[in-house]
Amino acid sequence: MIFKYGDNVDTDVIIPARYLATSEPAELAQYCMLDIDDTFKDKVVAGDLIVAGKNFGCGSSREHAPIAIKASGIKCVIAKSFARIFYRNAINIGLAILECEEAVDKIQPTDEVEIDFATGEIKNLTKNEIYKSQPFPEFMQKIMEADGLVGYIKNNKMKG
Amino acid sequence: MKMTMTQKILASHAGLEYVEAGQLIEVDLDMVLGNDITTPVAIKEFDKIGVSEVFDKSKVVIVPDHFAPAKDIQAATQCKCVREFSYDKEIENYFEVGEMGIEHALIPEKGLALPGDVIIGADSHTCTYGALGAFSTGVGSTDMAAGMATGKSWFKVPSAIKFNLINKPTKYVSGKDIILHIIGLIGVDGALYQSMEFVGDGIKNLSMDSRLTMANMAIEAGAKNGIFEVDDITIQYLKDKTDKEYIIYKADEDAIYDKEITIDLSKVRPTISCPHSPDNTKTIDELEKIKIDQVIIGSCTNGRLEDLRMASDILKGKKVAKGVRTIIFPGTQQIYLDAIEEGIITNLVQAGCVMSTPTCGPCLGGHMGILAAGEKAVTTTNRNFVGRMGHIESEIYLASPAVAAASAITGFISNPEQI
Repeated sequence: MIFKYGDNVDTDVIIPARYLATSEPAELAQYCMLDIDDTFKDKVVAGDLIVAGKNFGCGSSREHAPIAIKASGIKCVIAKSFARIFYRNAINIGLAILECEEAVDKIQPTDEVEIDFATGEIKNLTKNEIYKSQPFPEFMQKIMEADGLVGYIKNNKMKG
Repeated sequence: MKMTMTQKILASHAGLEYVEAGQLIEVDLDMVLGNDITTPVAIKEFDKIGVSEVFDKSKVVIVPDHFAPAKDIQAATQCKCVREFSYDKEIENYFEVGEMGIEHALIPEKGLALPGDVIIGADSHTCTYGALGAFSTGVGSTDMAAGMATGKSWFKVPSAIKFNLINKPTKYVSGKDIILHIIGLIGVDGALYQSMEFVGDGIKNLSMDSRLTMANMAIEAGAKNGIFEVDDITIQYLKDKTDKEYIIYKADEDAIYDKEITIDLSKVRPTISCPHSPDNTKTIDELEKIKIDQVIIGSCTNGRLEDLRMASDILKGKKVAKGVRTIIFPGTQQIYLDAIEEGIITNLVQAGCVMSTPTCGPCLGGHMGILAAGEKAVTTTNRNFVGRMGHIESEIYLASPAVAAASAITGFISNPEQI
């Protein structure tokens, strides 16, 4: 299913600081989105999407936020725009994110959606529509392919 | 060459003559910073990279300040994790309880952040050091790990908004009011991915403490960094803190900006961010009568000597209103000591305030002043998101130390000009 949220979803609601005394992904997932959506944890299943407005992930630099979302099983976050630290963190830990205003405006929670990460195309199978987002630059695609920055550095070290 | 201050610093650290907005570059780092919340995650990633040493023992800085002194067993475990890593890797700038402070108050005081530096920190308020003319930005734990291992980081070169500050602020208006005013003007994503460059004749009327407060909250407008032009005030501030040489970068005359905004500092009023967003600002003159339960003066935004001095000047010889818990957090041990010597602490305690050790504490809802459902607080911290300081039905009003101190006396959000 698709979880839809508004503008400026901050990292304090994605994972409240009172749960930051751990960095275990599975434990963080237990509290993901709790302060704006206390049903999220029980409803979310692997492969679901989050669709949100502008400036998603604003606030704190806590990497626990994308970690909690990824560990919840969310396949991709589509937003009108992302706060910059969240954007970096998501790429660095290998959580897929796409910026696309049209997709956010048109996708409804019950729609079935398919994503082609190579082209940036978001296909709404329910409405039979295609929304185009910018695919990542090649450099970032390589980081994502290596499941994050650490994998990327290791790959490069081996080559060098 | 058409480069902004930020672009010139980034170009120099990338070994390039020229960079332009949008370009992806790899830069050499002068400092990599972490705290007790973000460093444990970075250590896990660092271990996966498979290097045995950090890139430079003098350029990694670790400060346990968020949940330190440890608030519970889990926090103690995280503090232990960063302590052991710091000893094992012989990190020269690891600051234990007793030496530490709130990281963004401590690092400028220790002379560790210098003009022209490129600094990353696994804490969003790392942008604070832009007050000293550095390029300094918040990142996550994986970037911290990669920075510790390689001494490098990648960036997309930001474009910039130029803030031309003119004239002089009035007596009770400080950096906090100015930055809240600016965030109210442009919004919480008003500078998304951009630099906020502060220049103009007005900056000579802003103390270093005010500049640190302003650069600190650049992230609250979504900015990659905030940066001040270096002047005599900066040079004077650094004089007794470092003997290292540094390079002063100035924007080119023909630098390209996305936007230029002039702020007349003499017209800025005491400004408050109402729940639940830093851009939901009102001037003190527009605000209705709001009863409060708690006042917090401190944090990486406003826990410096000038902030405590302002609170003390207003609270001296007066009492905080019955029922208003007024908690003061000096930013560092040195600030605490200076405040004792100046008599500031005596004034505050006699007025009914309570002193805390330096810690981020309640700012992020950690400990030392959490709010219950329905409670309202005036705080000098930086974020008023839902649930940030405790219960999701509590309310946070962000303000300057002057407004916070005045409000402590009356029990309502109050104008310091009228106390």
